[in-house]
Amino acid sequence: MIVYGVAILAACYLVGVVAGDLIGSLIGVNANVGGVGIAMLLLILITSKSSARIELGEITRSGITFWSAMYIPIVIAMAAKQNVIGALSSGWMAIIAGTLAVVASFAMIPVLAKVGRKPELHR
Amino acid sequence: MLTDLTEIFASVFTRNGLITAFIFVGLILAASNWLSKTLTKGQIHGSAIAITIGLILAYIGGTMTQGSNGIADITIFSGVAVLGGAMFRDFAIVATAFGADLKTLKDAGWMAGASVIIGVVLSFVVGVLVAYVAGYTDPVALTTIGAGAATYIVGPVTGTALGADSDVVALSVAAGLTKSILVMIATPLVAGRIGLNNPHSALIYGGLMGTTSGVAAGLAATDPKLVPYGAMTATFYTGVGCLLAPSVLYFLVYQLI
Repeated sequence: MIVYGVAILAACYLVGVVAGDLIGSLIGVNANVGGVGIAMLLLILITSKSSARIELGEITRSGITFWSAMYIPIVIAMAAKQNVIGALSSGWMAIIAGTLAVVASFAMIPVLAKVGRKPELHR
Repeated sequence: MLTDLTEIFASVFTRNGLITAFIFVGLILAASNWLSKTLTKGQIHGSAIAITIGLILAYIGGTMTQGSNGIADITIFSGVAVLGGAMFRDFAIVATAFGADLKTLKDAGWMAGASVIIGVVLSFVVGVLVAYVAGYTDPVALTTIGAGAATYIVGPVTGTALGADSDVVALSVAAGLTKSILVMIATPLVAGRIGLNNPHSALIYGGLMGTTSGVAAGLAATDPKLVPYGAMTATFYTGVGCLLAPSVLYFLVYQLI
């Protein structure tokens, strides 16, 4: 049944978010710490072939892959509800701070990617 | 008669907001994919164009209503806020992990963790420096703005914890918003240059950028296959930021000023 896939996904999501809230309150932070990440790990662990804890049928799988495919449409809706005015009308200081933070972070990616793994043979 | 008809349409669209949002997004994607094919010969991803159109519509919505939810503040598009809200976003992000490679995640483990901390500190330092150059000398204000440069959630959380003025908190939110919107737009443009084309660098990218919405949209527009890896690390960023900014980082700023 397709809803089994959706239910598995929902269960992973909720367990992850609860765990994230718990971690947050344990370290005294008023925020969810890694809830979505934990949920993702959970989903991978439960469904991955190597561990094969649950054998998912083709139709059950489509309950998960549907939401995976809805990701881009959801992101577009998310873009359309951003407070773009709030960002643009706040003055130059905030815009420069945000922009330079992005530039610095982009510049750091190749540096960390190189540190983190052996040089590749092919490019 | 005509006004009746418009009223009926408006009423139906509003009462069925989420369903209307499906059409809204479907039309944007159809137009974007067409533009991508005809104008750019597929050079620019349809989804990258769609996200940009979304942001433009958010701007238009904001100008029309003075609200903070973009196009969703226009009543008939209110469902866009539901579809694009944190619940569906995070649910879909989790779904993208289905089929992700566990080995990549394990291999990058410590590096991914390090990238989150480096990312928070890097954005924070940049934010503090800009605020300092702009004339702020109060450690609370500097820390709050620095935290905002991390994400627009870390800013207000830090500002509230330290008792910052509301205008400083607003600035920190604006810095975070700028960051997240810029990440959405710029990621597909710079992806090639910064080597963002494999799961390993996507993990680091998520950790360094940290803004969940920015990373979500940025990777969607670059290569949807990379989404789970970037989203995975990004989801720890705000928590780490809320932990570090009002404590260690504030203390450091306080000592230096």
